[in-house]
Amino acid sequence: MTKSKDRTSDELSHSERKTLRCVVGHMIPLSLEFGVPGADDPDIFADILRSIDRDRDAIGEALRMIDTLAHGRLIDLPRTEQARCLLDFRNEHKTLAGVLEAAAARCYYRDDRVMASINMEARPPFPKGYLVEQGDWSLLDPVRARGRIFRDAN
Amino acid sequence: MSSSLDVEKDTAAMNDPVDVLIIGAGASGAAVAWSLAETKMRIVCLEQGDWTKPSDFPSTGRDWEARAMEDYAISPNRRGLPADYPVNDDASPIKIANYNGVGGGTVFYAAHFPRLHPSDFRVRSLDGVADDWPVDYHTLEPFYELNDRMMGVSSLAGDPAYPEKKAMMPPIPMGRTGKTFGTAMNHLGWHWWPSDAAILTEDYDGRAACINLGQCGSGCAQGAKGATDVTYWQEALRSRVELRTQCRVSRIETNEAGMATGVFYFDADNKEVFQPAEIVIMACNGIGTPRILLNSASERFPNGLANSSGLVGRNLMLHPYAQMRGHFDEKMDGYRGAPICTWSMEFYETDLSREFLRGYSYQFSRGIGPVRTAITGMDDGLVPWGEGHHAAFRRLFDHSAGMVSICEDLPEEINRVTLDPQRCDSNGIPAAKIDYRLSDNTRRMLDHSVSRGIEILKAAGAHTITTKAPLPYAGWHLMGTARMGTDPRRSVVNEWGRSHDVKNLFIVDGSIFVTSGGVNPTSTIQALALYIADQIKSRIYELFD
Ligand SMILES: Cc1cc2nc3c(=O)[nH]c(=O)nc-3n(C[C@H](O)[C@H](O)[C@H](O)COP(=O)(O)OP(=O)(O)OC[C@H]3O[C@@H](n4cnc5c(N)ncnc54)[C@H](O)[C@@H]3O)c2cc1C
Ligand code: SF4
Repeated sequence: MTKSKDRTSDELSHSERKTLRCVVGHMIPLSLEFGVPGADDPDIFADILRSIDRDRDAIGEALRMIDTLAHGRLIDLPRTEQARCLLDFRNEHKTLAGVLEAAAARCYYRDDRVMASINMEARPPFPKGYLVEQGDWSLLDPVRARGRIFRDAN
Repeated sequence: MSSSLDVEKDTAAMNDPVDVLIIGAGASGAAVAWSLAETKMRIVCLEQGDWTKPSDFPSTGRDWEARAMEDYAISPNRRGLPADYPVNDDASPIKIANYNGVGGGTVFYAAHFPRLHPSDFRVRSLDGVADDWPVDYHTLEPFYELNDRMMGVSSLAGDPAYPEKKAMMPPIPMGRTGKTFGTAMNHLGWHWWPSDAAILTEDYDGRAACINLGQCGSGCAQGAKGATDVTYWQEALRSRVELRTQCRVSRIETNEAGMATGVFYFDADNKEVFQPAEIVIMACNGIGTPRILLNSASERFPNGLANSSGLVGRNLMLHPYAQMRGHFDEKMDGYRGAPICTWSMEFYETDLSREFLRGYSYQFSRGIGPVRTAITGMDDGLVPWGEGHHAAFRRLFDHSAGMVSICEDLPEEINRVTLDPQRCDSNGIPAAKIDYRLSDNTRRMLDHSVSRGIEILKAAGAHTITTKAPLPYAGWHLMGTARMGTDPRRSVVNEWGRSHDVKNLFIVDGSIFVTSGGVNPTSTIQALALYIADQIKSRIYELFD
């Protein structure tokens, strides 16, 4: 398949990036308990910024909404206020919140540290593949015993 | 056949004529090309997309889940690649999914490969709704079988929901998902069976067996999934069928005798070319085909080509899906293994005690990867933002499984494909516009399937159950928009796929379905394409009479 070309979307502005980083840090925060970074970790956040091409416009809109709800800039609010503002945003703009969630999750859940913490090998599926239990089809005996269930069409 | 071409007025370059021109290299285009190849006619297929490279498929990279939402997204509007044309589906609760390239939708399909049931061809006679098909199960049976051999189908013989079918190789693994749901279905006394799957469980025909990558939905890097670029096309090309990629057909031209003379297309350099042909076969799917026919309107055919019935683009059927998923205390298959698994036909046939006519099948499905677990978890309100995110995610990840119901969508003329008055593709050809709504019958069927689905999940021991009906991003079965029939006033093509109006124009894709049945359509689309090819071969001396 041909790679997408001529995607013209501009990069996020400095201030948009700061808001986005604050949002994803709230969404998936660092956890000492599980030993994982937050989605605002420098490497993960850089990955997010590189990967939002198709969602650039929707993300820009979401960030504007969030700053509007913050009556200024989200990053200027105290952390608890930020969390409350983001809760309002999620309640009022579910679709736009979904775009931010997808953008963050796509990059967060491929980071080696995160993969290790959920017991996934840090490798692509191909070429090693995976094992799936074959199973025992004698489990179908009751279905066989019941007999034919399709209708005669003649 | 006369071919007085009306192309002088166009600036298009003119190619040498061919005997057969096929438009679209997907599921049906590949099958018809392969079958006609033995005639030694000169056959050319024009495909707007390109060949895929298995080494590019998402499952070869660490970012597999993300890429399946970008260049390999199932929505053409999301992908927006040069091969894609926009589909305006704003006026439909179900959004369109496809793949435009060699293999068509089979590059992305899950390869769930059920046949229609005998009763599906007789819905008017049996249930008094819609129309009977002009062909029946018995007629298609040898073509189903041939198609299974060509695509490589794994299954288990003896399914009591079908007339006897041969099994070529063992079914796809049951896994924990199949065992859990199979046990639950036995407890409820309901039918289930391993799904027929166009997925190799053994090496076959030079192709390697499935290694459970779990990424059938964004292209099989292993080549184990029966996509037509690795099945039919390999053989058709060896038999000297010519496949021209990056060639997008804009319209079909006709002469004063009302016969098709060939097609105009844009090549990779955006140059317009005229390709003369004796026979034109359309295989562009239930949206692409009406789009070209409507765009081929002319003084002779003011309402679009082959459209004297007014039915081109109408009766669009999409198979509304409901999705039911649950979470289990024990670990399930997760992202490992083909997402499809087993099926149930318990609620397939009409039962007058229910509040709807016709029925649906269940397709049981394994789990999802971490990215999708997080996205759907947050969307469903099961995974919060903040502190609780990690613990909630870990409760869901690798612990989910579920099912979709595939509901029979009855034909309704108001559900339709038209040309979008505003949007165009990169060649300036009008985009397709979808107007589609769910009927009351379908809504009742969806509701029934959700209730029964929840019952199954509970019997299987699931908790934290989520449902979606209709599933919005599931418009992948595109049927009915150029239906077949014996009455030219009520159908677009006849009982062997030839247009009633244009006697050298054939349609072989999902557009010709009369009704949708309640199962995935591709094995039937391909069986029909092989059947029509067979009719063309056996009627070759009287084809245009
Ligand atoms: C994500 C997904 C999952 C699916 N899962 C299943 C499943 O499990 N089981 C099942 O049975 N089905 C499934 N399907 C549906 C299946 O892919 C289709 O039923 C099947 O591919 C339709 O065959 P077709 O020949 O009608 O059209 P397609 O396979 O869609 O082929 C049409 C071809 O025509 C080309 N084309 C269109 N317009 C033009 C033009 N103007 N000029 C040149 N070329 C053109 C397109 O690029 C395309 O390659 C799935 C589809 C998707 C997208
Ligand atoms: S599960 Fe099997 S068929 Fe599907 S992508 Fe993997 S190897 Fe291919």
